Amino acid sequence: MNASTGHAMFGETPPVRRKLRQEALAQWVFGAMAAAMIVPLLLIVGYLVVRAAPSLNLEFLLEVPKRGMTEGGIWPAFVGTLYLVFLSLAFSAPIGILAAVYLNEYARDNWFNRVINLAVINLAGVPSIVHALFGLGAFVYAARFGYSIISASLTLAIMTLPVIIAATREALASVPRSFREACWNVGATRWQTIWAVVLPNSISGILTGIILEVSRAAGETAPVMFTGVVFFKAVERGDLFPYYLNEQCMALSMHLYTISTQVPGVKESIPFATAIVLLALVLMVNAAAISLRVYLRSRKKW
Amino acid sequence: MNDATGHSITARDVNLWYGKFQALCDVTLNIKHGFITSLIGPSGCGKTTLLRCFNRVNERYNYVTTKGEILVLGKNIYDPDVSLIELRKSVGMVFQRPNPLPVSVYENVVFGLRVHAGGDALRKPALDEAVEKALTEVNLWHDLKDRLDHKAITLQLEQQQKLCIARLLPLKPEIILMDEPCSALDVEGTAAIEELMFALKGRYTIVIVTHNMAQARRTSDECIFMLLGKVIEHRRTEELFLTPANLQTTEYIEGRYG
Ligand SMILES: Nc1ncnc2c1ncn2[C@@H]1O[C@H](COP(=O)(O)OP(=O)(O)OP(=O)(O)O)[C@@H](O)[C@H]1O
Ligand SMILES: [Mg+2]
Repeated sequence: MNASTGHAMFGETPPVRRKLRQEALAQWVFGAMAAAMIVPLLLIVGYLVVRAAPSLNLEFLLEVPKRGMTEGGIWPAFVGTLYLVFLSLAFSAPIGILAAVYLNEYARDNWFNRVINLAVINLAGVPSIVHALFGLGAFVYAARFGYSIISASLTLAIMTLPVIIAATREALASVPRSFREACWNVGATRWQTIWAVVLPNSISGILTGIILEVSRAAGETAPVMFTGVVFFKAVERGDLFPYYLNEQCMALSMHLYTISTQVPGVKESIPFATAIVLLALVLMVNAAAISLRVYLRSRKKW
Repeated sequence: MNDATGHSITARDVNLWYGKFQALCDVTLNIKHGFITSLIGPSGCGKTTLLRCFNRVNERYNYVTTKGEILVLGKNIYDPDVSLIELRKSVGMVFQRPNPLPVSVYENVVFGLRVHAGGDALRKPALDEAVEKALTEVNLWHDLKDRLDHKAITLQLEQQQKLCIARLLPLKPEIILMDEPCSALDVEGTAAIEELMFALKGRYTIVIVTHNMAQARRTSDECIFMLLGKVIEHRRTEELFLTPANLQTTEYIEGRYG
């Protein structure tokens, strides 16, 4: 019996204790690293809010820039960003979803589809400044859209496409295979299967993927600066439709760059408040995406 | 309906490869009309593969090559003029895990009609009638008639499996293929499905894959024993179990391997 060796039966032996210490240490280190993520976020947001405080009010959002952009608000830039984001998604979402459905549901494993896959992956890795140049050449000059909202949104659309395709494919792939088999076995065509079963059960994932692209499109500077965004554009205060699509517009990201580096004598809190608006826009969109996903998840059961 | 010989399914020299791996070797067999035929054999011997040949579902994997002839109701289903859509209407399949679609009970039953039929067959009264008829046939009508709008996923497994059988019936299939239909069910569920098989027998030709030899013995009229992609023995069930002709069959049914 163990009793005679000095250890209680099933009690901790020294090697066991050593392992437990290592385990505790490992857990602590990993946990600390994960917690470290919170720090930069809090610092960024906190710093911005403090510096922006004097300008943070509704007036700032609705008002147009005044006195050579040194005072006033950011309405033209805010609306411009909304225009760019929604228009670019209007281009990229349908194309991206349909392409992803093809790749996930129809494509066989042959060289043609491997080339498409490779293209999607590589497109995702192209730096945004290169997209900007491409947009300039393709949309502004070759397609003769000029420097305009159309050109800028098409450029953004090309940039967001690969991510939308990837997110959609993932959502489609998460639909259980057994649902598809059930359909094939009553003789449904692929299209009937997609329409009746695959899309309804993956729509939450697809929507989330698209909405998350909003934040990327909203934050990009280079692609829109090259193709259709200007320093300044005179519009009415609070006007919801200040731009035609073949005109240039202002955008938050570009505006932030301008007033921080190009214009002397800007009221100190204005750049920070602009950053807050951009950040809030993105965070709100993300929050919407998450709640949409939670809501749709709660309705599906399998 | 059946061909002059009374066979619903005839396979001649069927060979099948997954990529380079040969899963079926020279399978030749006749499955009698209106009978329950069971497919037994150890894991990986190709039972599921063979079953899936009968409605060509294997072809959804694009690395599958099939050679040989399979006649269903006298027609070679590998002929170029065969429409998979029509074929699968006549040859339905039930899976190991019940796989109702994530919609209501009602929509599950009429799914096949919605896929195939048009016009009058899709009017509400016609659909209602089809649902009642199909659910009655699988003994679910009484239990579910007040719950037709419930999600099919919320039913008990046994009910789900019956629903999956009911889903095939509005399309008036000739043959029902079942791949271990009871392996996810408890004893009562198994008994209920077996009872249902007896009720459906005659009107439909049933081919059932099972790991459970007692089940093969209880339910089937004929039994096919497979090993490593080959058909070893195909006889009337009681003969196969009482006086197997082949040594490997004897060893398998005595439980020496498998
Ligand atoms: N999709 C597939 N791709 C490649 N090989 C496969 C595929 N499906 C089955 N196989 C192989 O083919 C052989 C036969 O498989 P099959 O599923 O038909 O066996 P089974 O008799 O149904 O087995 P079980 O009793 O375990 O269900 C196995 O060796 C298996 O590994
Ligand atoms: Mg199997």
